[in-house]
Amino acid sequence: MDTVLKISSVTGVDLELRIAGPGGRSYAFIIDWHIRVLAALAYFVAATLVYTGGFGAAPPPGRTGYSLLVVLPALAIYLLYHPVLEVLMQGRTPGKRIAGVRLVKRDGGIPGIGALLIRNAFRLIDCLPTAYVVGLIATLVTREAVRIGDIAAGTVLVYDEAKDTGGLDAVSPRAVERLGLSRAEIVRDLLDRWDELAPPTRVKLARQLLAKLGNGATATSDARLRADLQALLG
Amino acid sequence: MNENAKTARWLEYRRSEWERATQRLDSIEHGKRPPPRLVLEAVRAYPEIAKDLAIARRSAPRGPVTRHLEQLYLRMHRLIFKPPAHLLGDLRRLFVRDAANVARTLASNIAWIVCLFFACAAAGAWLVTTYPELIALFASEEMIDRVSRGELWTDGLLNVFPSSLLATQIFTNNIMVCLGALCVGALYGLGTLYIIGMNGLMLGALFAFTSAHGLGGRLFEFVVAHGFVELSVIFVSGAAGVALGEALARPGHLTRGAAFHAATTRAAKLMVVLIVFLIGAGLIEGYVSPNPNFGLPARLTIGLAYFGLFVAVLGGFFEKFGDR
Repeated sequence: MDTVLKISSVTGVDLELRIAGPGGRSYAFIIDWHIRVLAALAYFVAATLVYTGGFGAAPPPGRTGYSLLVVLPALAIYLLYHPVLEVLMQGRTPGKRIAGVRLVKRDGGIPGIGALLIRNAFRLIDCLPTAYVVGLIATLVTREAVRIGDIAAGTVLVYDEAKDTGGLDAVSPRAVERLGLSRAEIVRDLLDRWDELAPPTRVKLARQLLAKLGNGATATSDARLRADLQALLG
Repeated sequence: MNENAKTARWLEYRRSEWERATQRLDSIEHGKRPPPRLVLEAVRAYPEIAKDLAIARRSAPRGPVTRHLEQLYLRMHRLIFKPPAHLLGDLRRLFVRDAANVARTLASNIAWIVCLFFACAAAGAWLVTTYPELIALFASEEMIDRVSRGELWTDGLLNVFPSSLLATQIFTNNIMVCLGALCVGALYGLGTLYIIGMNGLMLGALFAFTSAHGLGGRLFEFVVAHGFVELSVIFVSGAAGVALGEALARPGHLTRGAAFHAATTRAAKLMVVLIVFLIGAGLIEGYVSPNPNFGLPARLTIGLAYFGLFVAVLGGFFEKFGDR
C-alpha cells in the first residue's frame, strides 16, 4: 500500500499528501455515523412530539402527513448526510474534520460535485453485504487504500495537514544566521514541546542539543537550560 | 557571506511575500468574484513559491518553514488548476449534447439490454401462463387476492396515498433501482444483468397473470403514461452499468482503475439526465396513472409525448441548438 499521494506540478516541485489508511477512514466514518444517527433521531423524536402533540397523545388520523413531515425528513438527514456535507464542505464532513482527513482528487485538487455524488452513489456497493465489508476489503487491498466509490470518482482520502504550522514565526532570521535554518527549527521545536516532555527527557535533549551547537552545556537546571536555548534563538 | 547568513536573508526577504500570498489566497477563496488582478498575482507568485519551497526543503526538509510553504504551495496549486465551474452552462451542455454523446457510445449495450429484458419478460409470461402457481414468486399475496377478485392492486391507490406522497415514493424507489443497476455493474456487469433480468421476468409474469384474469388491458392503461420512459431509463442505466463491467473486464490501454473511473464519469453524466426523467415519470405515475379521470387516449398522449422528449434528448435532437 502506498503511504503518500504524489502530486506533480508544472514547476517540477512536487508535493506529497499522506494517504489515510483503513484506520483513519474508519475513525472518520464512525464519528460521522454517530452524528447522522443522532441528528436523524433527534429530528424524528422532536417532529413526532410536535406532530402528535406530546408524549402519550393519540396521533392524528392518516399517515400521509406523518410520513411527509416526520419520517421522510429523518430518512433524508440519515441518507443525504454524506453527499450534502461533502459537497458543501469541499470533500470534508464533521467526522473527517475531527479525524484530520479530507477527500482530494488524484491531482490533489478539491473534488467537484459530480465526483462526490458518484463516490456516494457507490456506497450501494461498498456497504454490501453489511457494515461496509466490501468497502473495507477494498481499502485493505488497493494501493491507495480507496473503496470502490473512490475508484469510480477518482478521489483519495488523505490527511489534512492544512492547520497553521507557525512556520513563518518559528525562527527569526537572526537565529537562522547564527544556527542555520534546520538547527534553529530543532531548537524551536524542543522549546515548543518543553512542557509536554518529562523533565529528565527534556534536560537530556537540551544538553545534547547545546553540546552539538557548541555551547558546552554546563547548566544542569531545567530552567537554565531552557533559558540557554531561548538565548540561542535570540 | 556564509550559507546561514544567505538563508537568513532569504527568509527575511521572502517572509513578507509569503504572508501576502496567504492573504491573497484567503481573499480569492472566500470572495465570490475575486478581482482578476488578485488572481493574476497569485498565478505569478506560484513559481516563486515553488522555488522557495525547493530552497526550504534543501535547508530543512521537515521543518515548520517547509511545511508552511508546502501548504501554501498546495493551496495555490488547487486554486490555479481548479477547473472552471459554470453550473448552468454545464447542465445545459449535459442535456443538449453530453448525454446524447454518451448514449450513442452505449447504443449496442442498450440494444442488448432491451433484448435481455424482453426475453426475460417473455420467459416470465410463459412461466406464469404454464405454471400459474409461480405467480407467488413475483407478487405478494394481497396483490394475487385482489387480481383474483377482478381488481388491480393500483385501484383506489389515491384513496390510500395522496399523489404527492405517491410520486415521491415512486421516483425515490425508481432512482434507487437505476442507481443500483448502474453501481452493481462494478461486479463485472453481472449485477446489472441480474437486475435487468429480474425486472423483465417480473413484468412479464405480472402482465401474464393480470391478462389471465382479464385485467391485462387495465394494467396497460395504468402503466402507459409513465411506463415508456420508466422502462427506457432502466434500459439505459443498465447499459451504463454493463459498460462499467466492460471497463473492468477489458480496460484496453488504461489501468483497470482508470478505465473504471472513466466509464463511471461518462455514465454519471447520463445518470443526471435519467434521474430528471425519472422524477418526471414519478410525477406522472403519482398524479396521472392512478387517476381515473384520465382516459386511455390522454394517457397514451402523455406517455408518447414524454417518451418522445426522452428520445429527443438522448438522440441528440437538441444538439443543433446547443452551441448558440
